[in-house]
Parts: sequence; C-alpha cells; structure tokens
Amino acid sequence: MDLFEYQARDLFAKHGVPVLAGEVIDTPEAAREVTERLGGRAVVKAQVKTGGRGKAGGVKLASDPADAVEKAGAILGMDIKGHTVHRVMLAQTADIADEYYVSFLLDRTNRTFLAMASVEGGMDIEEVAATKPEALARIPVDAVDGVGVEKAREIVAAANFPAEVAEQVADVLVKLWGVFVNEDALLVEVNPLVKTGDGRIIALDGKVSLDGNAEFRQPDHAALEDRDATNPLEAAAKERGLNYVKLDDGNVGIIGNGAGLVMSTLDVVAYAGEKHGGAKPANFLDIGGGASAEVMANGLEIILGDPDVKSVFVNVFGGITACDAVANGIVQALELLRGKGEDVSKPLVVRLDGNNAELGRKILTDANHPLVEQVDTMDGAADRAAELAAK
Amino acid sequence: MAIFLTKESKVIVQGMTGSEGQKHTRRMLAAGTNIVGGVNPRKAGTSVDFDGNEVPVFGGVKEAIEATGADVTVIFVPEKFTKSAVIEAIDAEIPLAVVITEGIAVHDTAAFWSYAGQKGNKTRIVGPNCPGLITPGQSNAGIIPADITKPGCIGLVSKSGTLTYQMMYELRDIGFSSCVGIGGDPIIGTTHIDALAAFEADPETDLIVMIGEIGGDAEERAADFIKENVTKPVVGYVAGFTAPEGKTMGHAGAIVSGSSGTAQAKKEALEAAGVKVGKTPSETALLARELLAG
Repeated sequence: MDLFEYQARDLFAKHGVPVLAGEVIDTPEAAREVTERLGGRAVVKAQVKTGGRGKAGGVKLASDPADAVEKAGAILGMDIKGHTVHRVMLAQTADIADEYYVSFLLDRTNRTFLAMASVEGGMDIEEVAATKPEALARIPVDAVDGVGVEKAREIVAAANFPAEVAEQVADVLVKLWGVFVNEDALLVEVNPLVKTGDGRIIALDGKVSLDGNAEFRQPDHAALEDRDATNPLEAAAKERGLNYVKLDDGNVGIIGNGAGLVMSTLDVVAYAGEKHGGAKPANFLDIGGGASAEVMANGLEIILGDPDVKSVFVNVFGGITACDAVANGIVQALELLRGKGEDVSKPLVVRLDGNNAELGRKILTDANHPLVEQVDTMDGAADRAAELAAK
Repeated sequence: MAIFLTKESKVIVQGMTGSEGQKHTRRMLAAGTNIVGGVNPRKAGTSVDFDGNEVPVFGGVKEAIEATGADVTVIFVPEKFTKSAVIEAIDAEIPLAVVITEGIAVHDTAAFWSYAGQKGNKTRIVGPNCPGLITPGQSNAGIIPADITKPGCIGLVSKSGTLTYQMMYELRDIGFSSCVGIGGDPIIGTTHIDALAAFEADPETDLIVMIGEIGGDAEERAADFIKENVTKPVVGYVAGFTAPEGKTMGHAGAIVSGSSGTAQAKKEALEAAGVKVGKTPSETALLARELLAG
C-alpha cells in the first residue's frame, strides 16, 4: 500500500525523523487558520500518489493566509496524471540550502534490502540513476544486521555527503531504518532531504509503501487506506475477504482458484476476445483453495454487481478442492443470490477440471440452470465467455 | 532420481498438530511420504494418529532430527510464527525446509533468508507461500495433490500452485520426475534457477517446464541461466499479460512496477534464450509434447 505524503510524514515524525510542521485540509477555507498557525506562510502541496506534482502546478508557496486559501482552492480538485486532488497539505516553509536523497527499499533481485543515497536530491531519482549513476550510492543492507550508526556512516560516506552534515544524515538514516523495519515498509524514501540555511537536516517530502502481508502485526495500517480512491467493488470484495482487482474496459467477469491460474485466465480471455469484438477480462478474483458455496456466492455477487460484466467465466482446477464441492457451491450460490433478490441474468461459463471433475460436471448438468453453460477446456471456455460478452 | 525429494526423504512437519498441518500430513502419508514426526513444543512427547499411523510429536526440530534422522521439514505454522519456525529449522541444519505458509511479511522472509546465508546455507528453503514439491510415486512434501499424475520424465518448476496442478494434469499421461512450487512472494528461497540446475543434472528429467508470472526479474535471470547452462529442452509459460501496472495480483510478488516485471519482457527474455513459450497453459503443454516426441 502506497501512502500519501502527509501519512509518510506522520510515520517519519513517529519514529523521530525530523520533519516540518504541517496539516492536511480538504477545503480551501481551512487553509486560513492552518497558515496562521504555521506562522503566516505555508507551502501548499497536493496530496496525490504520483510523481511530478511540482511540475504539474500541485505545489505552491502561499505568502499569507488569504493567499493560502486561494492557492489551496486552485490545487484542490486539480487533476494530476489522472489523480484528482482531494486534500492538500500545508507545510511550514523552509530555507533550503541543499537537497539530498535517501531511501531504503526491498531488493527482490538480491533478496535483501538496499539503501540508496545521493547528494543530488530534489529531482526524479530514476533520472539521476539513468543519467549520473555514479551520483547514486547503492549499499546492500542485511535484514538481520539492519542499519546502526556504523552502517549509516558507511552509506553517508559512499554517497559523499559533506562532512558538516555527515553525522546528522547518519542519524536520520538510523531513524529512517526504524520506520522501514517497525512499520513493515517495502519502501521509505526521502526526496528531498534538505539542509536548511541554519544547517539543520529535514525530511521535506517522502514516499512510503507498506507491506499488506504485515497487517497481522500492524493494526494501525488499516486506517491509512485511501477509501475514497478504492473502487467500490474492490472495497466490497475486501470486506468479504475476497482477493479481487477491478480491471478497466473489461466485460468478462472472472472467478478462479489460485492467483496464478486466475492471472492466466485473464490472459486467455483477452486472447479469445481478439476474435470476439475485443472482449476483455473485467476483474481478477481468486477464491482460493476452499471455494465453498459461501465464498462462491460472495464472489458471484460482487461480479454480477459489476455493470461492466456481460458474461462470467468460472475457471476452477480442482487440486485440493474437489470439483463436486465447487459445482455444489455454484448451484447453491445462484440460489442464494436469487433468494436475496439479486438480479441473476448474466450467462455463466464454467470449466471444471482436475479432482472429481466428472462428478462436478454432472452436478451442474443435473441442476440444468438456464444461465450456466459448461465447457471442458480452459481455452474453449474462455472463447465461449468472450463470445457471450461480445453479443 | 528426481530432485530435492526422494523416497528416502525422512519428513517432519512443523505445525503438524494444527488443522492445516493435520489435514495435509494425512494427505502426504497417503501419498507415500515417509513422515517421521511432527514438531510442537507444547505437545512434545505425544503422538498423532493418522488412520492407524502413529506419528510422534517432538519439542523441536533438532530433537526430531536426533530421534528420527529427518532431512526434510514441511512448515505449516501460522504467519506470525513462521519466521521463528524457519530459523529453528536453519539452526538444526536440516537439509530442506519447505515453507507452505502464505501471508508472511517480507521483513520476516528477508530475515530468515539472510539468516540461512549467515549460517552457511546448509538448509535449502522452498517457499514461502508455495505448494511445496512432489516427486510422484516417491514422496510429497507440501500440498500438491499426489494423484494428478505419475512418475515420468518432465521436470516442473512454478511460481504458482494451481498452474502447477493444471500443468501436471495436462501432461499427466507423460508424468513428472519432480514438480517444485517455488511460490510467488517477493523473496523466495529456492528459485527457478536452482530448480533448472537440479533438473539439468537429474538423469531422469528429459524436459523442463518452467512457469513464471509478473513481478521481479526471476524469469529474466532464469533465461540468462538457461542460455549458459541448460542443454535440456525448456518450455515456458508466463502469466499476467493483462495485469495492470501497480496492482498486486493475488501473490504478494505479482506486481508490475512501472515498466519492470511485465509478462511480455519475461516471455521475450525466455524466447531469446531458446525457450518455447506457450500463450496458454494448454498450448505450453502441447509444446512440451511436441519437443518430447522429437
């Protein structure tokens, strides 16, 4: 989960990383009081989860409270690379003497963590990496050893930080590592990390991405989720514990078991769609190993509730799950939904294979549901579902 | 022969007394796996009856190895305790630890992976968040259904559980030497490359099927490895061509970040290394058949 800048800033502050005072607002008028509290001047910053907001006009300096109201009004509602600005952060102004870059991240390739640091901060770090790779130090960090003062000094030395800020930056790195580990982050990035005119080191802007798998020990993280931006179908699916992702421009609803098989199902439907008026998968939905009637009903309810969906493809390989249980699940799910008064009028193409497939197919044949059609192969079923969606 | 797991393997189960652990221990036993014990510090000295088969419970992995000579552990303990379970297995220097548990925090996996390295990599780790591995007709360490297929000449390595089952099913008449589910998390122990190297060295494997998915660069690195080191034919499949950027598709590691980790890039890298890549699982199976038929 990626956080907004203000959320990252809060986590930095919680772990002792020096930040400037700031407050988040969602109406222009609120800017007046906040700016007064911040000393009469403020930087107004759009809160969007994308880069390049400065260039897009999403960061502006307000010279007094009235100006802050005006600037906040201009930025709120702005569209930055497809992200609508719902909130702005008003932050204390800083007298910037120098801009640096520091981050900790997961290095999948080397199966470890990585520290990156540069004295050329402030700009897009991918550009620095591409154009001046020597200016970006990359130091592996061992997950067991972590970052103490000594390791932090090694990072500072590798990036050639000036001597007068070296100890301060090392201290910030140790605290930032504290954010990375204690919050179960996949990325913590400070850009820029600034030196002020009076020689202080402050994290002026930051990015944090958190590991969703760590929710079991991070009870506070659920509150950081951006509910406004979450697709309503995704939100409803999450509430039911379903692993669902809504896809743009699709019309074939997908239900399957196992992440890999569902990803593969999306691809196979998209190929089939090339022959059927560009039919595409409308969602990813993995109902997991169990595939009980209740889970199937929950999944079907979400998918049938998606107005984009014209047909549904249920693709199950019975591994541990037996196909007869899945077939019963489908039959019961359709009854359950009808009982709840749901509109069940979209055609379902079902492919069952593997453990007890014959039995499962027979259950569906016997149930003789007018909307359910069976195809024995995955490719064939994808083709039929795409054809039905294109009708 | 097979890789990593044979009928000689003596298997213990960490978390055997839990519901998942019990269910799958029963299935593993039914598949012929030589299960010599379970581990649960709170139930040490007891035993669990699996349809007449009394499996003793030990207080720790080290103790279990001393008593039984176990050389494989399958780990089912809940995600909160998985890190310490794996570290215990590493400390006991068991040669193979299969981590089935899903939903493990990346910081925990990074920690036990690093710890294994610091201890000299005496323990091969498979997973986490994987279905484990099976050598049909010999032994089954994990949750892969044992009755899909029979012993044969195909080696399979896959990031995805159900695609592993699907591929085993498509090629069930030919059969497999071993099937290794390595898991789809951002950090995993055994990689495609490890399995490819083992299959290349295994005289009973004639052809290798590798299944990848979006995220990371494991498939690209496997392609480089194949180019230099693998003489046996390799057939590939990659899932996730239609996955949108920045969305996690079920597996924690299955995410396209910016322009990296795309299925297209992986397919191209594999094809450049001479791997035949199928568009669908069925087409991939067909390619394997054609290559085996010569």
